[in-house]
Amino acid sequence: MGMTMTQKILAAHAGLESVKAGQLISAKLDLVLGNDITTPVAVNEFNKAGFDCVFDKDRIAIVLDHFVPNKDIKAAEQSKQCREFACAHCVSHFYDVGKMGIEHALLPEQGVVTAGDCIIGADSHTCTYGAVGAFSTGVGSTDMAAGMATGTAWFKVPAAIRFELKNSLPKCCSGKDVILTIIGMIGVDGALYKSMEFTGDGVKSLSMDDRLCICNMAIEAGAKNGIFPVDDVTRAYLSGRTEREPVEFKADPDAEYEKVVEIDLSKIVPTVSCPHLPENTKPASELSDIKIDQVVIGSCTNGRIEDMEASYKILNGKKVADGVRCIIIPATMAIYKECIERGYITAFIDAGAVVSTPTCGPCLGGYMGILAEGERCIATTNRNFVGRMGHVKSEVYLASPATAASSALTGYITAPKED
Amino acid sequence: MNTQGKVFKYPDNVDTDVIIPARYLNTSDAQELSKHCMEDIDSEYVKKVSKGDVMVAGWNFGCGSSREHAPLVIKTCGTGCVIAKSFARIFYRNAINIGLPILECETAAEEINAGDEVSVDFDTGIISDLTTGKTYKAEPFPEFIQNIIKAGGLLKSLKK
Repeated sequence: MGMTMTQKILAAHAGLESVKAGQLISAKLDLVLGNDITTPVAVNEFNKAGFDCVFDKDRIAIVLDHFVPNKDIKAAEQSKQCREFACAHCVSHFYDVGKMGIEHALLPEQGVVTAGDCIIGADSHTCTYGAVGAFSTGVGSTDMAAGMATGTAWFKVPAAIRFELKNSLPKCCSGKDVILTIIGMIGVDGALYKSMEFTGDGVKSLSMDDRLCICNMAIEAGAKNGIFPVDDVTRAYLSGRTEREPVEFKADPDAEYEKVVEIDLSKIVPTVSCPHLPENTKPASELSDIKIDQVVIGSCTNGRIEDMEASYKILNGKKVADGVRCIIIPATMAIYKECIERGYITAFIDAGAVVSTPTCGPCLGGYMGILAEGERCIATTNRNFVGRMGHVKSEVYLASPATAASSALTGYITAPKED
Repeated sequence: MNTQGKVFKYPDNVDTDVIIPARYLNTSDAQELSKHCMEDIDSEYVKKVSKGDVMVAGWNFGCGSSREHAPLVIKTCGTGCVIAKSFARIFYRNAINIGLPILECETAAEEINAGDEVSVDFDTGIISDLTTGKTYKAEPFPEFIQNIIKAGGLLKSLKK
């Protein structure tokens, strides 16, 4: 029996000829990642267990991104603890304020992750790196501590669902609309414990930013990982960028999939997830009576340059509706700078938006845009659970940057124009 | 190993944001965090829970963030065990790694009522509802995972 792409990467890292779904393996890790929320817990566990050193200072990434620049004294203490650990163990991929970005935008951008990698991260959206052809999955802080100490992790080899993508997206749609549509189809536990493998002729039409966004939200369907095949788009993205040589893995022609779901990209429409679960999806066009108080454009899902570009095209020369607060957060310093150079930030400010330095901030209800009781936000983030962005009686609607920016102009949920 | 206590019942898709809202994650102090356990779904939980009590929930318990603070606060505030129809995978891993007993059992999760007195034997996977007199058998963990639990968590198992 053949293996899926995920299974092939896992087999290679476990030193095995082949693996099959359900098998428990111990695999070598190419990278172990943590942020300013999860790393302190991992550091405490690492120290408590009595480990003296990390397995490889070049294979650990610590990114301060959730509450930085520090939102309060306690957050500052957590950052300090990360900083001291990184310094004590000479962690080479330590990203502090000034260098940092939202981890899942930053690490691909900086070439720290590459095709063929096996990666764990103490952040659920670590599944993002499947976009470059890596096996990458979210874990907790104890797994991070164990990974930092040993360079290995245990996995149950996942079964897979194959998503056969056909044709190409309409201009008004992006990767976000694809993944929201899929989550709406299969539900928030539709891929629980499984891989989501994206294949088909439609793949080549998706940019790297689209793929990163799609894999990022695989966890919102319960998946262990999302993954794209390595093609010319991947090679062009990785070329000259990655520290380590990319290794290309390909699913066997006779790989076993639990099911195959066909997605005709040309039929995708601007899609919104209504409160309080990502699976509550509706076409944006059916939600035009939903009045909004706030717009957030950013996050590890949609804070990349194409997201900024899509927002710019809609906001440039226009005005954010009265009574709407529009917060735009480029995900990394490089994206932030690119936005300045392209004139996007001036256009955003002229439109009445505010622009923050990179942070996860409002996505998880940390700071920089918390909602009051009864308020509604349309956001390009990834979760709309109860209380996710603030008060337990506030609401979050998830959408693409184009839909969020279009909504900012009208004050109501608004689908982007079709051309 | 076992636990006995009264049941608190929750629906499908209980996410880690309602188990421990991120607004409190500026600390990793488990005692302090546990004051907010389940706050956004059941603000009474922390006041009412006694040592050994049992959480019973539907599908996909613990979905969302990878924060290990979620199983940690459930354990720290005295909860003896979580029984659910299914668990989100990162929560499942984290619970095992930090030593919070969890059991997957669809029928038990369906039939056991809030307020019932329940006893759970983790070695056999037998769940007894002392109020209704019904018993259930949960799926046992694979041996590999049982060894992590027996060692007292992942890091202790690595040190052995």
